[in-house]
Parts: sequence; structure tokens; C-alpha cells
Amino acid sequence: MEGITQIFGGLTALEDVSFSVAPRSITGIIGPNGAGKTTLFNIVTGLYTQTRGKVFLAEKNISFFEPEVLAGLGLVRTFQNVELFGQMSVLENVMVGLHTKSKSGIFSCAFKLPAQIKEEKIVREKAYQWLDFTGLADLADVAACNLPFGKGRLLEISRAMAVEPQIILMDEPAAGLNSRETAGLAGLIRKIQNLGITIVLVEHDMELVMDVCESIVVLNLGKKLAHGTPREIQENKAVIAAYLGED
Amino acid sequence: MIKEKRQILIFALFALIILLVPLFLKGSYFLNVLVFIGINTLLAVALNLLLGYAGQISLGHAAFFGLGAYVSGILTTRFPVDPWLALVIAALCAATLAFVIGFPILKLKGHYLAMATLGFGIIMYIFFNETVDWTGGPSGLSGIPNLRLGPLIFDNDRNNYYLVWMITLGVMLLSINLSQSRIGRALRAINDSEVAARVMGVNARILKVQIFTVSAFVSAIAGSLYAYTMTFISPTSFGFNFSVELLTMVIIGGLGSIYGSFLGAAILTMLPEFLRVFRDFDIVIYGLMLILITMFMPTGLIGGLEALFKIIIGKIKGGAARNA
Repeated sequence: MEGITQIFGGLTALEDVSFSVAPRSITGIIGPNGAGKTTLFNIVTGLYTQTRGKVFLAEKNISFFEPEVLAGLGLVRTFQNVELFGQMSVLENVMVGLHTKSKSGIFSCAFKLPAQIKEEKIVREKAYQWLDFTGLADLADVAACNLPFGKGRLLEISRAMAVEPQIILMDEPAAGLNSRETAGLAGLIRKIQNLGITIVLVEHDMELVMDVCESIVVLNLGKKLAHGTPREIQENKAVIAAYLGED
Repeated sequence: MIKEKRQILIFALFALIILLVPLFLKGSYFLNVLVFIGINTLLAVALNLLLGYAGQISLGHAAFFGLGAYVSGILTTRFPVDPWLALVIAALCAATLAFVIGFPILKLKGHYLAMATLGFGIIMYIFFNETVDWTGGPSGLSGIPNLRLGPLIFDNDRNNYYLVWMITLGVMLLSINLSQSRIGRALRAINDSEVAARVMGVNARILKVQIFTVSAFVSAIAGSLYAYTMTFISPTSFGFNFSVELLTMVIIGGLGSIYGSFLGAAILTMLPEFLRVFRDFDIVIYGLMLILITMFMPTGLIGGLEALFKIIIGKIKGGAARNA
């Protein structure tokens, strides 16, 4: 997976940012508030249209693809503010994640054709597997809006995993979690990597970032400030200046 | 799995009651009201697919109902077309129209979508009124034939009752199936968070147009049934007021609940009979109902009844535990 990004907004939210992410790696994107991290995610996942610049997934130019197409290609994300389907059960949320893995149409669903019944059973089983993966199986029948915040984050990850992505973008997965939940999250992120999935996360929790990430991209005021291993970033003068102010 | 079995049982019970009701009714007046409840249920279910499942509002659904009625009416009175064939053509016409206008209209959200569908409804209403050569204009279209099936002619209330309710029950069952499926989940996902649904790979744009098309198709079938049972149609039945009435049925009954649509349709069809004493103030009563129900029963009457039922069951169980 190779990514080159280069974007200009009306109010320049991101300026000429390019970097690439190695397959099966964990990359962190950090930077002060307003650095353009979430904007970058929105562009990559097709929710925003960039003014300029290209995004590549492997060799494929996916610059102006719609989010639903990107999901089919194996690019999926979670949201900063947890975007669950609140009225649906935990299990059903994950089943929506399996949308691209099934294909029954309106007609076949309404008439409950045999193929649809069979597919439905497989989808249900797979959804349970992903709930087991994140440890939410006990809560399968709970309405998603009744989940505590930390479990909601886990559900978002389960739902994203159900898409069977090649790459998963997580927007501040640790925000609002307590230290025990964050530790669990770090374990889960590594478990996802072990499945051969590339992970990119935007995160403010430096402990988590330094712990799990193999490479880190630092954004500041819409520009790429640095890109390197956690150690390199920690010693980078420009990064320290951006975070703490120049001395 | 247990849930699924219970659902089948509930539907079977509901269907049985519906099919047995005529045996206990003497007069034809009530049967006639029940025929209209059937047609309105069909319409409410159709609108519920769009509004309750996918969360997309339509203030112009009476137009599809009218289109169905007029296409069937015109084809059978001015051309020698078989009424059943006309019904199918009418439904396909409405579906095609919905498909074509669906792409631009369903890009809009919230109030803008409401305005666009409102505008569509008004344009269609003007069409029904002004194309006098075809529709008969404000004085209406009469002499529409009844449907027949072999030796069976649907020209009395009893036969119409079974005709309308067989179709309505069928559509209700299909809608229930749909809600429990991949498509139903995707629609509800769009309703809850369109952005998240798209990121999960749900093609929201296409799916919204599809359900809008299906909804128009079913509404037009209801329109044809209305034309064949009334044998006379005029534009006033398909105006803005009726679109609002349909919306009220769906919301009062319960968004996303198929049985709720039946309840809403039944109440709003019978209510005018009881509200005669209020004359023109009946619209005030509708408004009041809508306000009270959205305030105190946000999940509609069905949701409210369910909650009430649970409380009663809880009380009984609690009482039994205390006595033991």
C-alpha cells in the first residue's frame, strides 16, 4: 500500500502533504489540534474531495473514489465521534459491515429466496466471529445506543473488521477511553496487524502512539513536519518546537 | 431463531384475524370501511419503507397513489385494456417516474427533500386537474370497471375486502422480510448514519432510489385497487392533504413498524367517522394527535403499546413473585 497525498483547501487545511504507508505496518498520524489529521482521513476515505493531489492504494489511483467503493476495495475507517447505527443491535451493526461480502438484492430479500436465507446465516455467523474477536459477543442483542462509550469504540472496530479490509484508518480510537481500555486497545491493534492488515491511526494519546506505531507522520498547520520511527520523532527538534513552542 | 419463529406466528395470527373478520360482520358499511383501511395500510406500509426504514421523507406520496389510480382508470375506460394488466402498467409507470426523479431528489436531505417531494406532489395534482381530456379534470373519471378473476367479480364489499387484504397482507409480509435482511439493515443504517453506512460499503445513493421506486410501485398498486373498488376517481383524493394524512398514519403508528402502519391507517381511516361532530376542525385533531404522539410516544402507538404491555407483564410477574 502506497499513499501519496497532496491537498489544498479553500482555507488551506492541508498543503502538499505526501507520504506512504508500508503494507502490514502501523502508522500513527499526530499533530496539534487543527493540523488537518481528520481532514486527511476524510479525503482518503472519499468523504471530502481534495482540491489537488492523488491517493493510491497499492498501484491503484483511488483519488476520487466514493466511500462505498473504497469499502469494497478494502479501505475502511472508524470515526472520532463514534458513528454507530444506534437504533440497531450490536450484532446488526457488524452485519452491516458485511454488506459488501453479501449480495442479495431487494427482490431476493423480500421473497426470502433460498440463496438469501443461506447468505443470511453465513453473515450472522461471521458477525458473531468478529464480535468474539473484540470480546463483544455477550452484548450482541443490546441496542448500540445503549453501549457505554468504550464498548462503542470496540463495536466500531468490529464493524470495520467485518468489511475484511486491507487497511483500516482509526480516527482517535483512544479518545475518551480509560487507561485500562487503552491498554486493551493497544492489544487489539496488534491483533489486527497480525491478521495482515495495515493500520493508520490519528491519535493524541502519545503513550499509545509511541507504543504501537512503527512509523509516525507529524502534521502541523496542514503541512507534513516529519515522518519517521517513534524514536526519530521524539528526538526531532521541529516536532518538539511545534508541540511545546520554540524556546 | 426463536425471534424469527415468533414473528411468523404473530403474522399468521394477524392474517387469520383479518381473514376471519368478515364472517362476524353483518352490515356492509363496516366492511366498506375495512376495505379502505386495507388500501390505506398498503399506502402506509409503502411510505414506511421509505420514511421508517431509510429515513427519507416524502410529502408527495399521494401523487404515486393518484398516478396508479389514473393510469389504471384511463387504460380501462378509454382503451380496451384488461384491468389486471392496467394495474401492472400503472405500477410500472409510477416506479419508472420514481426512479427518474429519485436520483436528483434523494440527493437532498431533511427540509429540502420535504420541499422537493411536496413540489412533486403539487405538480402531479395540477396534472390530474388540468389534463381534462384524459383524466376528466376536477369532475373526475367515472365508469372504471371492477377487477375480475375467472367467474369472480370484485364488485361488492366482501369480495373487495378479500382482494385488497390479500394484497396488503402479502406486501406486509414482504416488507417484514425485507426489514430483517441485508437490505433492511442497510436502509436502517442509512437512517442512523449515512456517512458510516457508506464507509461500510453501503451504496446509499442507489439504495435510496431503489426503495423510493419500490415504495412508488406499491403506492400505485394501492391507487389501482382504489380506482377499481370505487369505480370513480377525482383529483381531490390525491392532493397534498392526503400526503400529510399518509405521513400522519406512518408516524402515529410507529416509524419502521409494519403493524404500526396498519394501526395508523386504521385509526386515521375510522377517525373521520367519529370526528363528524367537529366538522372542519378534524384537521386540528390530527395535528394535536401528531404533536402528542411525537412528544409522548416517539416510537409511535406500536412502541407505546409494547412498553405498556411490558409494564403490565412486569407487574403481573412481580405480583406473582410476591404472592409466592
